Amino acid sequence: MSSLATITTQVAEAAAPLDGRHPVTPLDGRHPVAPLLERVRAGRDFGPNVYSTLDVLWVLYDRILRVTPATVDEPDRDRFLLSKGHAVAGYYAVLAAKGFIPPDWLDDQGGPGSLLGDHPDRTLVPGVEIGSGSLGHGLGLAVGSALGLRAQGLLDPRVYVLLGDAELDEGSNHEAIAYAGAVGLSNLTAVVVDNSSATYGWPGGVATRFTVNGWTAATVDGHDQDALHAALTGHHGHRPHVVVAVVNNGEQA
Amino acid sequence: MSELSTVAELSMRDCFVDTTTALLAEKPRTALVLADISASLFASAAERHPDRVLNVGIREQLMVGVAGGLALTGLRPIVHSYAPFLVERAYEQIKLDLDHQAASAVLVGIGGSFDRAESGRTHFSPADVALFDTLGDWTVHVPGHPGEVSGLLRATVAADTSAYLRLSILQNDRAYAGAGDLVVVRDAGPGAALLVAVGPMLDAALAAVADLPVTVAYTHRPRPFDVAGLRALAGTEVILVEPYLAGTSARVVSAALADRPHRLLTLGVGREELRRYGSAEDHLRWHGLDPAGLRRALTGFLTPAAVAG
Repeated sequence: MSSLATITTQVAEAAAPLDGRHPVTPLDGRHPVAPLLERVRAGRDFGPNVYSTLDVLWVLYDRILRVTPATVDEPDRDRFLLSKGHAVAGYYAVLAAKGFIPPDWLDDQGGPGSLLGDHPDRTLVPGVEIGSGSLGHGLGLAVGSALGLRAQGLLDPRVYVLLGDAELDEGSNHEAIAYAGAVGLSNLTAVVVDNSSATYGWPGGVATRFTVNGWTAATVDGHDQDALHAALTGHHGHRPHVVVAVVNNGEQA
Repeated sequence: MSELSTVAELSMRDCFVDTTTALLAEKPRTALVLADISASLFASAAERHPDRVLNVGIREQLMVGVAGGLALTGLRPIVHSYAPFLVERAYEQIKLDLDHQAASAVLVGIGGSFDRAESGRTHFSPADVALFDTLGDWTVHVPGHPGEVSGLLRATVAADTSAYLRLSILQNDRAYAGAGDLVVVRDAGPGAALLVAVGPMLDAALAAVADLPVTVAYTHRPRPFDVAGLRALAGTEVILVEPYLAGTSARVVSAALADRPHRLLTLGVGREELRRYGSAEDHLRWHGLDPAGLRRALTGFLTPAAVAG
């Protein structure tokens, strides 16, 4: 919706002195995540799915999530659950940029001595809330986490879970979408990175699967960080919220 | 023992409901996750603890996923349904949303293996204990009497590790206390064959051995199996009688006795789909788990084989 604005911003960032600020997008070589992503990449080719989630991950960790390396075990931290566990490269790079893991860990990602697999393991990586990889598990775990926080009177922390539009093929998601909407699970935000990679698509749009079940929804340009920020903070307090982050076709979610 | 003897009129499921309702009131970390099954029995508990009695509707994948999420925030979830829907339909959620997350829960299944015989194959669960054997360190309790349920449930909820309680309408005449180590119920003296009966198989096994020189031991905890007790009691002949797939515990017993020459007979539910209805007692008979069927198998096993030629 504001891709032109994004481009304009990027051009302005590129042309102007940075004044100590980061370039807006991690895709910019001067962004703190960019060299870390290169360390993960180590000369390999990344699929477009790596790049499709980068802006969402950066906005979440830079501007939204109330969690730091010092608070990864605090009961009242915000939770971020990466359900599409194959989108790890950007995830690890962002975790390193924010100090959750040492940048040195990135260099041998997936190697025999590495703690960073092609799918993340919560027991191995500080700051990782769930182990994922098999699609369709994150949203159920997120619903349970949101219920668990509420049952303990922890009403401030919020649970964010990142999925892909193709991942929504898994029926387990629809169990969770219907139930979370029915019970008004207001401390839950799902983010669906949508690049039209689901084999049979979602006629009528991804957001409708949620809104028909009582969720609020915002559909935005998945690379427009200000739009993402507005959408990710656009929940109303009574219902679960979904942000559909639309990215280009060809970027596999 | 007073608790064991006063609940004889209640079913295992009743005891589970009563004890879980009490635990929800006593322990604020306790949560219950349901998928419609038994929801009406927990209506009053749900009224008192709306944030910790969670019925997700007929959604078993979500039921176990929610349990995983609850555990990650520090709660102690009890998850309950019919065994086939709890264990088989949601197997990947048990594997990934609990075990892989290093999260734990207490799963309570009813109906095993064929309580609702008239409902047919869809409601049978003979493979449930075998499925837990494919996972990590699950404790599996198979109570043989309603009087055993409350203590086992309280202990497993307090233990903070993952456990499966397999409840049934089949039961023995009396309850046995204890954590699940082998209890000698009938001692046939040194050198006798050892029969281990799991859960509700005990009374039929006792009737089957009658005048045979067989020592009978009972357990309601097949996992972890009481290996030390087995080694102390076993001679050269061992018979397992289990109310789920025949041979489920063969691996455990064989490993425990690997350094000793021994013969092992494993009796339990067969793998063939019978496509028959009737009652649970009918299915016990068809699978050779009634006293007459067990005796036939025992006699064949214990009679020295005729030497060919």
